[in-house]
Amino acid sequence: MAASPAENSASPASPAQTIVLVGHGMVGQRFLEALADRGVTGRARVVVLCEEPRPAYDRVHLTSYFTEGATPEDLSMVEDGFMAEHGIELHVGDPAVAVDREARTVTARSGLTVGYDTLVLATGSYPFVPPVPGKDAQGCFVYRTIEDLLAIEEYAGHSRTGAVVGGGLLGLEAAGALKGLGLDTHVVEFAPRLMPVQVDDGGGDALRRKIEGLGVTVHTGVGTREIVTGDDGRVAGMALSDDSRLAADLVVFSAGVRPRDELARACGLPVGERGGIVVDETCRTADPAVFAIGECAQAVDGRVYGLVAPGNEMAETAARTIAGDAGAFTGADLSTKLKLLGVDVASFGDAHGAADGSLDVVYSDSRSGVYRKLVVAADGTLLGGILVGDCESYGMLRPLTGTVPPVAPEHLVLPAGAGGGVSLGPASLPDDAVICSCHNVSKGAIRAAVTEHSCTSVPEVKKCTKAGTGCGSCVKVLGQLVDAELEANGVAVDKGLCGCFGQTRAELYEIVLTLRIASYRELLDRHGRESARGGEGCEICKPAVASILASLAPVVGASGHVLDGEQAALQDTNDHFLANMQRNGSYSIVPRVPGGEITPEKLIVLGEVARDFGLYTKITGGQRIDLFGARVEQLPLIWTRLVDAGFESGHAYGKALRTVKSCVGSTWCRYGVQDSVRMAIDLELRYRGLRSPHKLKSAVSGCARECAEAQSKDFGVIATANGWNLYVGGNGGATPRHADLLAKDLSDAELVRLIDRFLMYYIRTADRLERTSVWLERIPGGLDHVRDVVVHDSLGICAELEELMAAHVAGYRDEWAQTINDPERLRRFVSFVNAPDTPDPTVRFVEERDQIKPEPVFVSLTETVNA
Amino acid sequence: MTIIESPATTATVELRSATGWIPVCPAADLEPGRGVAVLLPDGGQAALFRDRGGALYAIGNVDPFTGAGVLCHGLTGSAGGRAYVASPLLKQRFDLADGRCLDDDRAAVPVYPVRVV
Ligand code: SRM
Ligand SMILES: Cc1cc2nc3c(=O)[nH]c(=O)nc-3n(C[C@H](O)[C@H](O)[C@H](O)COP(=O)(O)OP(=O)(O)OC[C@H]3O[C@@H](n4cnc5c(N)ncnc54)[C@H](O)[C@@H]3O)c2cc1C
Ligand code: SF4
Ligand code: FES
Repeated sequence: MAASPAENSASPASPAQTIVLVGHGMVGQRFLEALADRGVTGRARVVVLCEEPRPAYDRVHLTSYFTEGATPEDLSMVEDGFMAEHGIELHVGDPAVAVDREARTVTARSGLTVGYDTLVLATGSYPFVPPVPGKDAQGCFVYRTIEDLLAIEEYAGHSRTGAVVGGGLLGLEAAGALKGLGLDTHVVEFAPRLMPVQVDDGGGDALRRKIEGLGVTVHTGVGTREIVTGDDGRVAGMALSDDSRLAADLVVFSAGVRPRDELARACGLPVGERGGIVVDETCRTADPAVFAIGECAQAVDGRVYGLVAPGNEMAETAARTIAGDAGAFTGADLSTKLKLLGVDVASFGDAHGAADGSLDVVYSDSRSGVYRKLVVAADGTLLGGILVGDCESYGMLRPLTGTVPPVAPEHLVLPAGAGGGVSLGPASLPDDAVICSCHNVSKGAIRAAVTEHSCTSVPEVKKCTKAGTGCGSCVKVLGQLVDAELEANGVAVDKGLCGCFGQTRAELYEIVLTLRIASYRELLDRHGRESARGGEGCEICKPAVASILASLAPVVGASGHVLDGEQAALQDTNDHFLANMQRNGSYSIVPRVPGGEITPEKLIVLGEVARDFGLYTKITGGQRIDLFGARVEQLPLIWTRLVDAGFESGHAYGKALRTVKSCVGSTWCRYGVQDSVRMAIDLELRYRGLRSPHKLKSAVSGCARECAEAQSKDFGVIATANGWNLYVGGNGGATPRHADLLAKDLSDAELVRLIDRFLMYYIRTADRLERTSVWLERIPGGLDHVRDVVVHDSLGICAELEELMAAHVAGYRDEWAQTINDPERLRRFVSFVNAPDTPDPTVRFVEERDQIKPEPVFVSLTETVNA
Repeated sequence: MTIIESPATTATVELRSATGWIPVCPAADLEPGRGVAVLLPDGGQAALFRDRGGALYAIGNVDPFTGAGVLCHGLTGSAGGRAYVASPLLKQRFDLADGRCLDDDRAAVPVYPVRVV
């Protein structure tokens, strides 16, 4: 676009420049990232005034705090170290109170005054509260910030019924939050249907039925006349416009938002009729030194956008302009895809058929609560649509808007089996089709990420283009597109496990399972890369294949013992000696202590064994005891004593189940609501010995206080009053990840069945050394996909997964008990093949704090070469 | 089964250290792909391997990166037709035929001649 050079006093950024950003919300943060991407932060001083007590966070996913157990930290949108890395000065909890445009200064509440060359307003909106009597009573809330959410949570603690005023997008989000808090929830909407802006009557009906099915009571076509209070001044209910009354202890107003343009008004900048700081297509206000972006701005098309995607585009536009690049924001489409109270709702393009001569193609099934409407022009061009209950096709339909789709519209709305369900590949999309609307990334840009920026995976493309990092609704199509592009470009995406196998671990698993292959050599010689057949294999595929063979041993007829036959030579050293090798070549011993529960007798045995063999003893982070410093030839002697005392292998050496930690739970703890120790023991005994792509950890907490840290585990269980909540994909370690809630309020049997399926599906599809956390992030569709597979059996494999687990449970034998009773296996446990009684002289110890530790060794590589 | 099966059952593996050939163990005791440690007369130690084709190799057992006698416990592999072992501690690979470290030019381990008698 033509920039306006004459008045372009604010660009390009020169060293002396100061850029002040007022408001650190979603759009403000996006603006900072865009500045950093263009290198402006390196040249200019950037100061941010942030009103809220914390840096920018993901408002869109606020409700996940209640429904998925997200924490305020999970919601943060600022990567660790971002501000420091880009030298940005962030003033948290210090809002701007005045702007002096003459002097070009901004004053904050603390008295801080900053001069600016460029000022960017990103102050967002405030929730509109209709002027009904009683609106300020105790128990009335709005829902926009984390502070609102914490206040609602606290008050809900002594409430039973909650009512939401407003049945639009935000109202339903608020209803989801109240539901998540366990309140009886009502929604009161003035319009005749829910989400009047996004859906039509048919869609509204489907939505209403679905939402009522979830136990939320919906009142449409009625207004709120008054908030009724009790004698204590607290909310007691609502008087409605149809003269009815609704009892409620808590009311959330969600009746729309209004732009926060007060700073701009006060310094004389023009604002729109219904509010919103007036900006041009470069997001500049009437003052060339001042920009406004996001929900506080009225865009050049006269609209104030209440969604994050247009806000992000405005942030990009302003950052470009400031950097001296061309950019324009002329308006955005209001396509949205939402999951409200678990119900999919999407609307895109001309959803209401406003264009002249437009036609509707509708499919509606009130039994299953599915509603799909496409709006098409007479020539077949797709103009827009509404989807409720099933938005599978949204990712493809939205980008096709404005084109004539390759198949007739009725095929696009009908369910599979009724002549519909045709899947459109991403190949049918034009290059300018927007795939990610949150970040306005086109198909062309995604292809360029692959062809020009050499991205070879979805995570890389996400990083490069930002596509898929907003609401996430485009990730599935993104994955298909990236794969198709890589293939089309012949980019040799070698997904092979290693130099010996061209297949991924998951593919090898399928080969072993379907062809019932029971030996590594057979697999290598028949299915390995041409060049590797007949060879020795390598240190990468040997343990990976050994793990697959062990997981599937009962089914494919391989030996279940990891030290048998050929398997012995495949195992990592740790598995080979059923112990973990230490830095000086000695080994550690970790007996299983299921659930962390141990009798005094057993504790004494551990102490005695450690004392008799002179082992270093330590309590581990996994609620058990590790004995360090054993030599190879001592392992069988030590284990004989331990097995006699009733201990068994803890598999600390294997890529297998480690521990299921527990808290004391309802047996002893005053807060406990279920017997977490018993459940932890049951789970540990069920899954012990299960070989998997990486180690598996678990924990069971007796109540929401979460003393067992279940949310940091591969599968974690938290007791509820009604049963158990199952969390998956948690990780401590180098890249910690909070687990995601997979299912709620499960019975014992349901819990075990789901974990069976989850683990077997992970084992089947994960890459080598891929923890569940990384796997869950990597697989297309993520958590939703896994839930579909293991909860809803969308692939029809649950019965098989359960059978495989049943075979594992039935086939489990303690590896150490088997080993000490087998002279053939025991023969390996010597330091020297030609001197079985001589201990390895390089294993030496010194004392520290009354125990042994490896003698420090000083190695010099150059000496060894010369020697 | 491989062709060397019958001689191996009766034959003994020998290794030549500084002081001459020493008997080690029956050839049949060696599992393809898995090493054993050999104590040398001077107190040093060697790691002895057999690959799946029956070829024998012996290199120093002490891992130069950690000073621990562990190379015999490493996983073996082949790359470009040459056999190697990966240290079980920090995973550096050593060529079984010439003792060179494939991941760090500064390191190497000694090589010992081996024969079956
Ligand atoms: C003994 C122990 C530390 C302690 O003194 O407490 C320990 C010791 C080792 N950890 Fe750990 N980890 C121990 C608890 C943990 C925990 C805490 C927990 O489990 O609650 C974590 C973080 C939780 C997690 O895994 O999500 C932990 C994260 C790791 C990681 C990083 C994993 C990741 O996904 O980033 C590794 C490296 C790996 O597995 O690749 C690791 C690897 C290791 C290894 C196996 C390193 C190795 O290959 O030699 C250590 C050997 C133990 C040995 O020789 O016996 N250890 N390690 C703990 C044994 C627990 C047990 O009873 O089994
Ligand atoms: C519950 C909920 C669910 C939502 N769901 C969706 C959805 O599914 N899809 C979607 O597209 N959008 C959704 N939205 C809307 C989306 O969150 C907003 O469009 C987006 O946050 C707008 O970003 P912003 O930066 O313009 O405003 P905000 O994120 O509101 O940030 C503005 C910031 O400026 C601060 N501020 C204001 N005045 C000052 C001052 N004088 N000095 C300093 N700081 C100041 C405010 O405190 C605030 O932190 C949802 C919103 C809510 C509340
Ligand atoms: S998680 Fe709950 S039940 Fe378990 S110890 Fe902590 S407070 Fe008690
Ligand atoms: S459309 Fe929201 S992340 Fe891509």
